[in-house]
Amino acid sequence: MSKVDELTKRAEKARGKKAAYGPDIPLESYTSNAPAHKKVQTLKTLPPNYQSQSLGVGIDAKEDERSGSYFQLDTSVVYSKTSAQDVEVLSVTEALDKYDWLKDYWWKTVAVDADKYTAQAALNFSNGYFIRAKAGAKTVLPIQACMFLAQESLSQNVHNIIIAEEGSEMHIISGCRTAEELSHGIHVGVSEFFIKEGAKCSFSMIHNWGPEVAVRPRSGVIIEKDATFINNYVCLKPVKSLQMYPTLRCVGENATALSYSLLYATEGSHMDVGARVILEAERCKADVIARTITNGGEIISRGNLTALHGDVKGHLECRGLMLGDHGRIFAVPELDGAVPDVDMSHEAAVGRIAEEEITYLMTRGLSEDEATSAIVRGFLDVEIKGVPPALQEEMRRAVHTTEGMGL
Amino acid sequence: MLDIQNLHVEVDGKPILKGLDLHVNEGETHAIFGQNGSGKTTLVLTIMGFPRYRVTDGRILFKKKDITDLPVYERARLGIGISFQHPPAIHGVKLKDLVDIAAQHSKRTFKTEEVAETVNIPPDFLTRDVNFGFSGGEVKRTELLQLLAQNPDLVLLDEPDSGVDLENIELVGETINKLLDRDKRSRKRRKAGLIITHAGGILKIVKADRAHVLVDGQIACSGNPGELLTDICELGYEECVKCQR
Repeated sequence: MSKVDELTKRAEKARGKKAAYGPDIPLESYTSNAPAHKKVQTLKTLPPNYQSQSLGVGIDAKEDERSGSYFQLDTSVVYSKTSAQDVEVLSVTEALDKYDWLKDYWWKTVAVDADKYTAQAALNFSNGYFIRAKAGAKTVLPIQACMFLAQESLSQNVHNIIIAEEGSEMHIISGCRTAEELSHGIHVGVSEFFIKEGAKCSFSMIHNWGPEVAVRPRSGVIIEKDATFINNYVCLKPVKSLQMYPTLRCVGENATALSYSLLYATEGSHMDVGARVILEAERCKADVIARTITNGGEIISRGNLTALHGDVKGHLECRGLMLGDHGRIFAVPELDGAVPDVDMSHEAAVGRIAEEEITYLMTRGLSEDEATSAIVRGFLDVEIKGVPPALQEEMRRAVHTTEGMGL
Repeated sequence: MLDIQNLHVEVDGKPILKGLDLHVNEGETHAIFGQNGSGKTTLVLTIMGFPRYRVTDGRILFKKKDITDLPVYERARLGIGISFQHPPAIHGVKLKDLVDIAAQHSKRTFKTEEVAETVNIPPDFLTRDVNFGFSGGEVKRTELLQLLAQNPDLVLLDEPDSGVDLENIELVGETINKLLDRDKRSRKRRKAGLIITHAGGILKIVKADRAHVLVDGQIACSGNPGELLTDICELGYEECVKCQR
């Protein structure tokens, strides 16, 4: 049986398999078909409302300070381009045609039969992106990739492959959002990352889904010797149900995995988000940092560090802030040391903003709302190591615009 | 400037101030003495409008306006400023941002870095989270920096010299003198101040016009700050308690 047939068979078997975490989403209520959208010559020719909506998730239609762009509207890749040397940005379908070797990366870090969502991505595949920095290529300006969901009741099932070859450096900003008028939809996204020896890659996701949209990303990362992967996740807008728990494997010595999540859940939103890092070689390091805020929604903030090799180091941190009288934050930090000589720690704290802090700021002339906003903004202002200034700025902008609208 | 009439205040249901009267004119600085627990901090936090301090009777007038029920920030915007004895640390809020916000409300140009130097706060300190990991003296100097930015007409100072090291005590005192217009001739002074002090050390540098001794939530006696302090030093606060009875 060919590899493709085998994958299909496994996916078929997992079609009804519920995920380990998160509420079960009935995939039958969605369609995986959408009318094709035409390709565009530049992002500036996209409908203006799509352009402005994408801006909120870090996608700049002018492509200022970007070294490449990918834009997928529903199931159609309408734009892909790169201006950086030795960096490729293609639809994954094109890439699979172009490179025979790519099939060796396909479903390598995520199991096709992990659950019904991975099965959905395999069986009803609606493209995705392929981003690759060739060996030694270093680009500081980020590459932007947008997954835009506009078709009512669509299940957008993408599969992305990201490869940072030996000694390369690249930064990706991945913005996902739904059209404002869309009321019902699901995004299923499989992303597989390969960070080769000595490479550095940051991946910053800014999500803005709708209050009736379900989201099931499924990501796997392999980090080789002396390589660094930085995963940033920002979701500060309403979403019906978001569940993801990517696995980052540090397989080579001195590999580093850093994960930062900023979550803000309003009433009606359910987020079950975390990161799992497996430290499999000596001198591997991991930091998993989460800042979560509920203003009526429910957040399950997970973190898992598993040490399979001695002489490794890891830290988990989950801080949760409760605004308002409703909502829930459930922090689940897990440390799993299977060998001696490991150094892993965690800290978790969940609570309300202390009244004395608000009053203190009010004595300097801030109103109660302004004082609360300043504290919330400060809470989310996590210093992210290793990302270029343009990206820091995008993250900060995402926080600031939410804070203005949401409080 | 400040007129407090028959003020009764409860904290968590427990009466702390029991009919306090106090009058502070424009240009005047008053010192408040008292034992621990006599109600000194309660007095300034009530003037500032802290919600935990519940006024059960009496009223507070500021610039002839009844502010008894105004929220904290409105009092701040009307021109009341405070330096706390133990302010909270605020994660993620940078000192410079807070100083800039305070200055914005005073509607003047304020050169934060320059003024910070004058109170011995180096520029890198301004990028730190407010009061986070600050020493006792650093807390007091950054409180004063915020007040300089705010430029209030009535300045409430709760133990402004506690925890300040000897090298900086003069600097703290002189900064308070500036805030309270004490560096101007008496006719030119427009600011008013209340200084809470248990031991009275700061009054060697900041010359108060008048002093009051607080005993069990009331003003037991008032008079010349130097004389009152001498009496307290010689006879102790116990004598004030007896005197009131």
